[in-house]
Amino acid sequence: MAEVAVQQEKEALFSKKRVKLLTDPLNDNNPVTVQVLGICSALAITVQVKPALFMFAGVFFVVVMGNIVVSLLRNVIPNRVRIIAQLVIVAGLVSIVDMVLKAYAYDVSKQLSVFVGLIITNCIVMGRLEAFAMANKPWPSALDGIGNAFGYGILLVLVAVVRELFGAGKLMGYKIIPDSFYEFGYVNNGMMMMPPMALILVGIIIWVQRSRNTKLVEAED
Amino acid sequence: MENLLNIFVKSIFIDNMIFAYFLGMCSYLAVSKRVTTAIGLGAAVIFVLGITVPINWLLENYVLKAGALSWMGPQFAEIDLSFLSFIMFIAVVAAMVQLVEMTVEKFSPSLYASLGIFLPLIAVNCSILGGALFMQSRGYESIGEASIFGIGSGFGWFLAIVAIAAIREKMRYSKVPAPLRGLGITFILTGLMGLAFLSFAGIKL
Repeated sequence: MAEVAVQQEKEALFSKKRVKLLTDPLNDNNPVTVQVLGICSALAITVQVKPALFMFAGVFFVVVMGNIVVSLLRNVIPNRVRIIAQLVIVAGLVSIVDMVLKAYAYDVSKQLSVFVGLIITNCIVMGRLEAFAMANKPWPSALDGIGNAFGYGILLVLVAVVRELFGAGKLMGYKIIPDSFYEFGYVNNGMMMMPPMALILVGIIIWVQRSRNTKLVEAED
Repeated sequence: MENLLNIFVKSIFIDNMIFAYFLGMCSYLAVSKRVTTAIGLGAAVIFVLGITVPINWLLENYVLKAGALSWMGPQFAEIDLSFLSFIMFIAVVAAMVQLVEMTVEKFSPSLYASLGIFLPLIAVNCSILGGALFMQSRGYESIGEASIFGIGSGFGWFLAIVAIAAIREKMRYSKVPAPLRGLGITFILTGLMGLAFLSFAGIKL
C-alpha cells in the first residue's frame, strides 16, 4: 500500500495520462459531438461570436470550479442525495457567473438572457461531475474540466464564426466582408441567423469530424 | 380565456422548446430511437412542466421578486431575493420530480411502470428549468397563464420528440452515409423540422 501511495505522489503534474485528460475532449471524446452533452445551450447563443465567447467563459468557470469543489467533497456527499448536492453547488457557481456578467457586461448578459441560468442544467457540467469528479482527485478533475470546457468552446466558437460571418458579414461585431462585395450583388445569408441552421451546422461538423476520425462512426442498428 | 389560448398555441408552435430554443436536446437526442419510449418521456415532461412552472410562479411572485415579501408585513417590502432564483428553481424542480415520482408510484403503478425510468432523468432536462426561467423573464401575470404556458411548452416538446422518433424508426430502412449515421443525421433532420416550424412564426396572435 505504502509503495503505491509513493508512486502516486511521484506522478508528474503533467504526466501522459493527465495530458490526455486535457486533449481527449478536444477531438476523440468531444463533449458536444461525441458524448452529445450540452447541446441545449450550445446552439441558441451562437448567432454572434461575442456572446458565444462569454458563454464559453461562463461554462469554463462553472465546469472547472464545479469539478474541483465536487471532487473535494466527493467523500462527504452521501450517494443518495448526490444529484441534488451537485445541482446546488452548480447553481451557486452559476449565480456568481450571472452576477459578474450583469455587473461587467450588461448588454451580453441581456443577450444571453435565460441561457446563463441554463448552464445549471447544461449536461456537460452534470455529466463531468457525475462521471469524473465524483471518482477522482481535485487536480485531475480540474484538468478534465478544462479539457471539456475547451472542447465545448471550440465547437461553440466554430458555429458562431460561420453563422456571424455568413449571416451578417461580421466577426465580433466588426465588418469582415468588404463593401465592394455587396456592390457586386453579394447578399448576406439571412437563414444563417435562424435557429435551425445551428443544428444543421453542428450536423455538418459531426459529419466532417467522423469522416476524418473513422473510429467514431456509429454502428448500424 | 382568449389570452390563455394564445399562450397555449404560442408555446406549442412558435416558441417550441426544441426548435426555437434547443432546450432539452440531450434527452431529446438520447431517447428518440423508439416511438413508444419517446411518448413516455414526452408525457413525463408535460406532467413535470405543468406542475413545476406554476409552483415556481408562486415562489417568484410571493418570495423572490423585489417587494414580493410585502405580504408578510411592511418591513419586508424592500427585500429583493431574486439573486436566489436559480438555486430555488432548481431545488423546486429536483424536489418536485422526486415527489411526483413517489406519488405516481403510490397511486398509479401502471403509469409509473411506463414513466418511471424517465422521471429522474427529467430533473436535469434543460426544458424544465428553461420553462421556469422563461416564465420569470416573460413575467406572466397570473398562475393560470403560467400553468398554461408550462403545459403548452410540454406539449411542444412532446410533439417534437415523437416526430423525430417516428422519423428515426423509418430511417432504419434508408442508407445514410456512414459518418452521418446516428447523431449527425438526427441533427440535420431536427434542423429541417425546425425550418418547417419556422413557418408558424408569421402567425399573429
